[in-house]
Amino acid sequence: MPTPVAVGFDHASLSIGGRTLWEDVLLAVPPGEFLAVLGPNGAGKTSLLRVLLGLQALTSGRVQIRGRAPRRGDVSIGYIPQQRAFDPDLPIRGRDLVAFGLDGHRWGFSLPNRVARRRVDDMLSLVGAERFADAPIGRLSGGEQQRLRIAQSLVGDPDLLLCDEPLLSLDLNSQQAIVELIATWHRARQATVIFVAHDVNPLLQAVDRMLLLAGGRWAVGRPDVVLTSETMSRLYGTPVDVLRVHGRVVVLGAEIGGHEPLLGHHTHA
Amino acid sequence: MSSVWHYAFVQQAFLAGIITAVLAGCVGLMVTTRNMSFAVHGLAEVGFTGATGAVAIGLPPAAGLIVAGFAAALVIGLLGVRLRERDVAIGSVLAFGTGLGVLFLTLSPRYATEAYSILFGSILAVSREDVVRSAASGIVALCALGAIYRPLRFASIDPDVAEARGVPLRTLSIVFLLILAVAVSEAVQVVGVLLILTLIIVPAAAAQRLTAHPGFALAWSVLLALACTLAGLACAVYTNWPVSFFVSGFSFTAYLLARFLGRPWGTLDTASRREAEEGAGD
Repeated sequence: MPTPVAVGFDHASLSIGGRTLWEDVLLAVPPGEFLAVLGPNGAGKTSLLRVLLGLQALTSGRVQIRGRAPRRGDVSIGYIPQQRAFDPDLPIRGRDLVAFGLDGHRWGFSLPNRVARRRVDDMLSLVGAERFADAPIGRLSGGEQQRLRIAQSLVGDPDLLLCDEPLLSLDLNSQQAIVELIATWHRARQATVIFVAHDVNPLLQAVDRMLLLAGGRWAVGRPDVVLTSETMSRLYGTPVDVLRVHGRVVVLGAEIGGHEPLLGHHTHA
Repeated sequence: MSSVWHYAFVQQAFLAGIITAVLAGCVGLMVTTRNMSFAVHGLAEVGFTGATGAVAIGLPPAAGLIVAGFAAALVIGLLGVRLRERDVAIGSVLAFGTGLGVLFLTLSPRYATEAYSILFGSILAVSREDVVRSAASGIVALCALGAIYRPLRFASIDPDVAEARGVPLRTLSIVFLLILAVAVSEAVQVVGVLLILTLIIVPAAAAQRLTAHPGFALAWSVLLALACTLAGLACAVYTNWPVSFFVSGFSFTAYLLARFLGRPWGTLDTASRREAEEGAGD
């Protein structure tokens, strides 16, 4: 290939339990691109991330990360998983969660380590989490936990950042703050970001392209290309109207995010 | 005050108590972190089956305890890794195991004494060999725990990211269950099958109310397990009341104190903010 590719899908298909999630995906993500992944519930967005993490095999086709097959434990990949609740009594502070991203996978036990501590402190200040870094993580708000998640995913200085719905259940201010943090890091680091989301609007300023998965089909391109009535009607196989109101995108007749269904219904393949 | 300390059985009891408490304190904090109280109880009850089985065929109960514990740990580990499956897996193993234990008890010629010491502990009856064996298996278990401590914590608290980072969740889960089986078999000596949670869960539960710092929480957990065990032993030596009663009484007191005097986070604004932000559906 003439241009280097950070993540490449080559006729990649994935079926799980006999259901086709997506088929024949052809996609080259150049280094430094911010790619949003959207689609209705069960469209295979999380599975796409699991493929890149080496946790899920394709049904057919090939996927490559910088020219190599994905493998588990790739330290050049940062990963923000879907939010989960932490028990309020868990003996773990915010800074410990961040430190997991640095050395949690190594055998043995942790002793106080000045280099690691400074690295964690730097990340905590990058995401603005110093104030609650020593509180038990189970007692923090969703927005505070997501800041720590970002610090954890970035502490190893990854080339590729995978985010699985990091904006879920956050209020609009927190959503904007989280996108801002990731976008700022993305610009400074020139790294590749693949961002699964349920609403495109908080991301419109940050994304280069978006991948829309729906009913086994897919479309990729700049948001103004993909988010049109024509493209989306073809993808969903039903009439879809895309409106732009005060800079926000409103989709009528289809669901583009898994968790905030908009008006109308979509058909499963 | 000093006279009873000259007896060999008292010294041996204290040595065995120290070893057991250190192991229980370390393992206990991981048990509460992983939400595995039920597994501890399960391993102890299956250990009861093993111990009574061993007595029924004329072997020392300690041997049956550890063999049954390992077998149960492997079965639980292989049947289910995920938390939700684990409860069902443990329950299934447990129900059958305890039934067998009742059968073995009725077959056993030394029914009453053995049953009592297995169910309620027999620390004041440990022999020199018991102490050496406890120390050896305790050190092996602590070394194994030290070797997997960091990735095990990662896997317990943050399994999604740990799995992506290449941490072998299933293997760690099984290895930890084996370590837990050793800790349970030692703690059964002190407090018995029925009171196992008092030594393995309660000090750790108190410790994590006191601090969220992982290192300090571990230190508190070991310290409380040691304090409850040694104080319980001392009281039992002087009063002739059962050791298990005193250990459970002290550990419960420690838990209550930790709950009411514990770390300030419970009242910190973060907690109320979180509730306000996320609503009551947490």
